[in-house]
Amino acid sequence: MSRTPLDTVEHAAATPDVELPWAELGLKKDEYERVVEILGRRPTGAELAMYSVMWSEHCSYKSSKVHLRQFGEKAPESDALLVGIGENAGVVDVGQGYAVTFKVESHNHPSYVEPYQGAATGVGGIVRDIIAMGARPVAVVDPLRFGAADHPDTKRVLPGVVAGIGGYGNCLGLPNIGGEVVFDACYQGNPLVNAGAIGVMRHEDIHLAKASGAGNQVILYGARTGGDGIGGASILASETFDDAKPSKRPAVQVGDPFQEKLLIECTLEAFREKLVVGIQDLGAAGLSCATSELASNGSGGMRVTLDDVPLRDSTLSPEEILMSESQERMCAVVEPAKVERFLEICEKWDVIATVIGEVTDGDRLEIFWHGGKIVDVDPRTVAHDGPVYERPYARPSWQDALQADDANKLPRPATPEELREQVLKLVASPNQASKKWITQQYDHFVQGNTVLAQPEDSGMIRVDEETGLGVAIATDGNGRYAKLDPYTGAQLALAEAYRNVATTGAKPLAVSDCLNFGSPEDPAVMWQFAEAVRGLADGCQQLGTPVTGGNVSLYNQTGEAAIHPTPVVAVLGVIDDVARRTPVAFQEEGQLLYLLGDTREEFGGSAWSQVIHDHLGGMPPAVDLERERLLAEILISASRDGMIDSAHDLSDGGLVQAVVESALLGGKGARLVVPDGLDAFTFLLSESAGRALVAVPRSEELRFNDMCGARGLPATRIGVVDGDSVEIQGEFTLPLADLREAHEGTIPALLA
Amino acid sequence: MTARIGVVTFPGSLDDRDTQRAIRLAGAEPVALWHKDKDLKQVDAVVLPGGFSYGDYLRAGAISRFSPVMDTVIEQAKAGLPVLGICNGFQVLTEAHLLPGAMLGNDHLHFICRDQKLRVENAETAWTGDYRRGQEIHIPLKNMDGRYVADPYTLDKLEAEGRVVFRYVDFNPNGSLNDIAGVTNEAGNVVGLMPHPEHAVEPLIGSGRTDGLPFFTSILKKLVNA
Repeated sequence: MSRTPLDTVEHAAATPDVELPWAELGLKKDEYERVVEILGRRPTGAELAMYSVMWSEHCSYKSSKVHLRQFGEKAPESDALLVGIGENAGVVDVGQGYAVTFKVESHNHPSYVEPYQGAATGVGGIVRDIIAMGARPVAVVDPLRFGAADHPDTKRVLPGVVAGIGGYGNCLGLPNIGGEVVFDACYQGNPLVNAGAIGVMRHEDIHLAKASGAGNQVILYGARTGGDGIGGASILASETFDDAKPSKRPAVQVGDPFQEKLLIECTLEAFREKLVVGIQDLGAAGLSCATSELASNGSGGMRVTLDDVPLRDSTLSPEEILMSESQERMCAVVEPAKVERFLEICEKWDVIATVIGEVTDGDRLEIFWHGGKIVDVDPRTVAHDGPVYERPYARPSWQDALQADDANKLPRPATPEELREQVLKLVASPNQASKKWITQQYDHFVQGNTVLAQPEDSGMIRVDEETGLGVAIATDGNGRYAKLDPYTGAQLALAEAYRNVATTGAKPLAVSDCLNFGSPEDPAVMWQFAEAVRGLADGCQQLGTPVTGGNVSLYNQTGEAAIHPTPVVAVLGVIDDVARRTPVAFQEEGQLLYLLGDTREEFGGSAWSQVIHDHLGGMPPAVDLERERLLAEILISASRDGMIDSAHDLSDGGLVQAVVESALLGGKGARLVVPDGLDAFTFLLSESAGRALVAVPRSEELRFNDMCGARGLPATRIGVVDGDSVEIQGEFTLPLADLREAHEGTIPALLA
Repeated sequence: MTARIGVVTFPGSLDDRDTQRAIRLAGAEPVALWHKDKDLKQVDAVVLPGGFSYGDYLRAGAISRFSPVMDTVIEQAKAGLPVLGICNGFQVLTEAHLLPGAMLGNDHLHFICRDQKLRVENAETAWTGDYRRGQEIHIPLKNMDGRYVADPYTLDKLEAEGRVVFRYVDFNPNGSLNDIAGVTNEAGNVVGLMPHPEHAVEPLIGSGRTDGLPFFTSILKKLVNA
């Protein structure tokens, strides 16, 4: 684009025939025409820049919006929800005057292109969302998915992603308490790097992203604006990868966690002194997003002088400044009388802060550059009135054949010896193996409030030192289940995260999600998405846990090959006293092991079918959300009343996986008996949902059994904590030392 | 009466609040100190906490060492003020030449976070009086640049004078020479270590052990009895 003359609003009106590079900026022809229609003239270069990033899939949710509405329409009644969908993050009442905000976002595409920076800035972005609500960030979690564990590119992507998450989160002083690491060939070329964060505040400290009050000043603070990440949202996150196109590396942002740490402290200090009217972080779409969202959510308009934005590179054009996704920046709206104090606090923390504009009593967002007006728009048309697509969707033709390919009919181990070998192979398989090599690269101690961290079923953080109030979070997703049946798969993800929170003794309260799918332009993918959203919305309605917000990541595909549909669900819970939390590890020899729930022959999508048969087919395990709710209630009561000393949810890998993990973590073995009515194979490896393993002190057995009986929850005594091996009576014995070697050796051998 | 123990916050300090909590749990009074302020507020001892002060730019601790507060810390430490440097604080103390040696990147090139077994080698310092020599304890460790190095002469001197205060046991997490986890100065008032005792002070939190609490009770007793 030629820089002379300056493409002002007047100039645009006078030169209607100038061709603008709308296609290069990721806009479709009809979208560009819509912009022209809204403005009544061609957009200026700067306006085009803003519309192109804000109307991108990543920022506008144009393909997903029509489906996501269900989360609101089907939202269950909940007293806990203080701020719902639409803000930077949802806010939940956890009692005692505390509120918790949490959210999960994707940083999938950048993390494939540049694993370290992509993952690092994913953490940075989600943390700024949390601060923007007025909360102090207290923990992060990272659900990660990579290609096959032994694929050479996984060795490039995974160590970089893990180092990036650690490098950024550790340096911010945020304990990393949960998440997942999953390997599957379907994520080859499209790794999923989802980042979640939790923040805590008092009710009265909740802040929202809006600019109100004519004359209030708009302050940009944090890092200088540079040329990094230009078009990140529109180009990188909203298109599929294609070998023929040029490298996308310049569209990946570069993070500086030290700057972000200062930003956190400085922002929280400004909040404490009540200096902030409205606040917005600068993430995807940078200043375009912050100015248009702040202005459209408030009561007035906004005038911004772009010349005042501190730059890292003085040659940046106004379009580039508007589109830059330089990290560690925030935008605050401050009353004129409080500006001086706000700037003082920024100076104390060595954070650059500049007044770049003010709230006006009009309804336009006007941006000036070198004295000329280069943007004059209704901010709502940029931020909220983007295109909405009713993308065609259709159940794929192959779905029936996939579901008919029944995993329950796969050959099963014929002898106890064969069963033993398969169990050993399973616990050593990359997905079932210990992820310690990864999680030990994350700080989980910092802030001194970590009660539970991975590999526990949920991460748990103490919120109040005096009362012991705490919050728990679990994230789960199973792309294999969702591929077999997206509706059920989404509900299984919800059920597992809900169960994981309850297993540690916390009461599930609310849900956030990160919905990772292929291209919405493929009707089969769109069907998967529609089904998953419907399943999740129905499930949340039934469980009484509202969705507080979330994130959609589409275009996770290379060429024709889409990833498995992968809805990742985060459930937040609360526990009155963290002293009553239940850990996974076996605590004492002699304690009785109970299996809660029903075990059926359910092997579709199972770890066994993948590891032993490299198979994916049939139906995923059935979901019974009423049973999940009952199981959760029993687990929470048992934890509160001291009836169980350890508990572990049963999910992929089945019962034997849970027993092995509890045994290895506790350094104590178990003797198990196959219960009547079940064969050893199904008992050990079925993945029926709605189940948990608990260890009951002998003194509590009667009381515990009575409770389960009275509430109608099947509870089967299956063994005892004992010895230094896992013994399945009449079948086989596996010494803990062998199990430990198998379980803990795999990941370092592949990746270290 | 109780003792007042200062905790310095540098830009990028992370475990400063946690350290204040540990001091409080030990029964002393924590006092927040600010890196731009030379005034130590008449505290009886100072802790330089963990974190990534100044983003670890240049070298861990290299910039913090020139903070205004460090002028006073260095001056008073030389006059006997008890100073404890934890992790990044230890790095600052070596950069400030209050302790010998230096820290390099971990030999495996990864950040590492684990509950680490240590042996107490010197229970005579200002910060270790409540331990026994030879006692084995578990203290969380979390760092990127934890590999303690010094020239052979310095190492021999440290060993000969009993100035290695803690040693890693069973597993050397970063390639530190002689398995050194922490050292002291000649006078025994300045101690630095890589592991984080402030994360082992409550039975439910962090590592779930309280093996780190004696650091803070040691100094409190020493100050109150002085």
